[in-house]
Amino acid sequence: MDFLKVDAVHHTYFTKTSAVTALSDVSLEVEEGEFVSFLGPSGCGKTTLLSIIAGLFEPTEGTVTLEGKRVETAENEIGYMLQQDYLFPWKNIEENILLGLKIGNSLTPDKKAYALKLLQEMGLKGVETQFPKQLSGGMRQRVALVRTLATGPKLLMLDEPFSALDYQTKLKLEDLVSDTLKSFGKTAILVTHDIGEAISMSDRVFLFSARPGQLHKTFVIPKELKDETPFNARNHEAYPAIFQTIWKELESLEPAGER
Amino acid sequence: MSPQENVKFLHQKYIQSLNREKKWVRFYQAVIFIVFFSGWELASQKQWIDPLIFSAPSKVWGLFLTKIQDGTLMVDLGYTLSETVFGFILGTFLGTLLAAILWWSPMLSKIADPYLVVLNSMPKVALGPILIVALGPSFTSIVAMGAIISIIITTIVVYTSFKEVDPNYIKVLQTFGANRFQIFREAILPASFPTIISTLKVNVGLSWVGVIVGEFLVSSKGLGYMIIYGFQVFNFTLVMLSLLVIAVFATVMYQLVELLERKLIKNGS
Ligand SMILES: Nc1ncnc2c1ncn2[C@@H]1O[C@H](COP(=O)(O)OP(=O)(O)O)[C@@H](O)[C@H]1O
Ligand SMILES: [Mg+2]
Repeated sequence: MDFLKVDAVHHTYFTKTSAVTALSDVSLEVEEGEFVSFLGPSGCGKTTLLSIIAGLFEPTEGTVTLEGKRVETAENEIGYMLQQDYLFPWKNIEENILLGLKIGNSLTPDKKAYALKLLQEMGLKGVETQFPKQLSGGMRQRVALVRTLATGPKLLMLDEPFSALDYQTKLKLEDLVSDTLKSFGKTAILVTHDIGEAISMSDRVFLFSARPGQLHKTFVIPKELKDETPFNARNHEAYPAIFQTIWKELESLEPAGER
Repeated sequence: MSPQENVKFLHQKYIQSLNREKKWVRFYQAVIFIVFFSGWELASQKQWIDPLIFSAPSKVWGLFLTKIQDGTLMVDLGYTLSETVFGFILGTFLGTLLAAILWWSPMLSKIADPYLVVLNSMPKVALGPILIVALGPSFTSIVAMGAIISIIITTIVVYTSFKEVDPNYIKVLQTFGANRFQIFREAILPASFPTIISTLKVNVGLSWVGVIVGEFLVSSKGLGYMIIYGFQVFNFTLVMLSLLVIAVFATVMYQLVELLERKLIKNGS
């Protein structure tokens, strides 16, 4: 049985003046422990798909199941990190990372200790009593990740987690996040529009096309790249070839005039 | 001099210049105060202004001492102050509660919208006579005046701020499976604290208006009554005394709200 199964999902947003089809007939499966990326131009429905998988709203058509159960009914099994960190500015870092546990009424001393340990492992010791705005962008992103991981979700989804960071921070965080998730054996979905990031971090890349958002193609990343850290993968000899393949495919999606 | 000492020295100079500026500000503020009161006294003594209407600081002071000694000022002040504080708290609390109810039920808020607009544009003090007849010429009706004047505007302002909370904070909470009450407690309310505090500041002023007008109408006790009574018996020293006392205590209340603001809003700044 598949761990996560997205089956014939179709989603249309209705407003007073328009009906925008964000996703059209998307089906895919993710295995347990797998790290996959959703790659595609902006507006192709990546965020919409994550929201549906997270069970925030139901798709107009189709179903999403996690371990055979509909995601709308699942509780706290899916961690979803939004496109920006969205740390609560009026809560200090400790209160922020414990938020999920508090909401789920599962704030036991064990789980609290676990969350604080995660914070330490992310290289953020001693910031517990500080407030989000006292932290740099990269630090905030790590705090947001700890907040998402603290509830122990079975599936982790990251929506363009590094897109607002400077390049150096981004490369370092890629390594850190990849390492952390691998050590937990977590299943994860990463949304990105950076081809290099998709290749270097994941086991499979799902390429989406826009208007309407559709699953265009799936790429399997070669084993020798998977085993490397993201930073080393970017420098691996097998990297340019797969980069070129995906790049050409992306180019073919976007008419030259739209750039 | 090493660069470090240099920075220290410059910082000290900077602090000194700040202090100097602060001293000058205080100095001019004191000058305005002294010039205003001595000018008033002088103009009244020399009969440049009608002393019967404008009184004089010395007369106001004299009356102040008398009324302190016989205890009547404290009674009136205590009365007005408690009405204002109750009216203010009630108005802000009920306004925020209404806003929370409207946020809870989008349907209700749509239905209530035109009524809120009408109620808001209505001059609330015009309701005074009805309140007094309905609730009796008492403490209650004056507190009601102090409250009613700020409820609707508080509701509208706070509700607007509830609605403007970044939906992504709500999304974060929903990914953790939060219910509507948890969303309100963790995101909507704390995100709106700055707005609530600023309505508090406005409401301090509004409640004073409501209470003073209420006391005009009820005409039995309080600083508002002192004004109306002074006006009727043409004792403007009494009116001036009342005005000055109101000015002092309205300012004190405002400062207390600012203190509360600093206590309540913490985000490391
Ligand atoms: N709440 C919404 N209401 C209406 N249209 C929306 C809404 N959210 C997204 N869309 C539209 O759906 C499409 C897909 O958006 P999104 O999922 O955010 O794409 P991506 O994350 O890939 O950039 C876009 O055309 C966007 O304008
Ligand atoms: Mg997006």
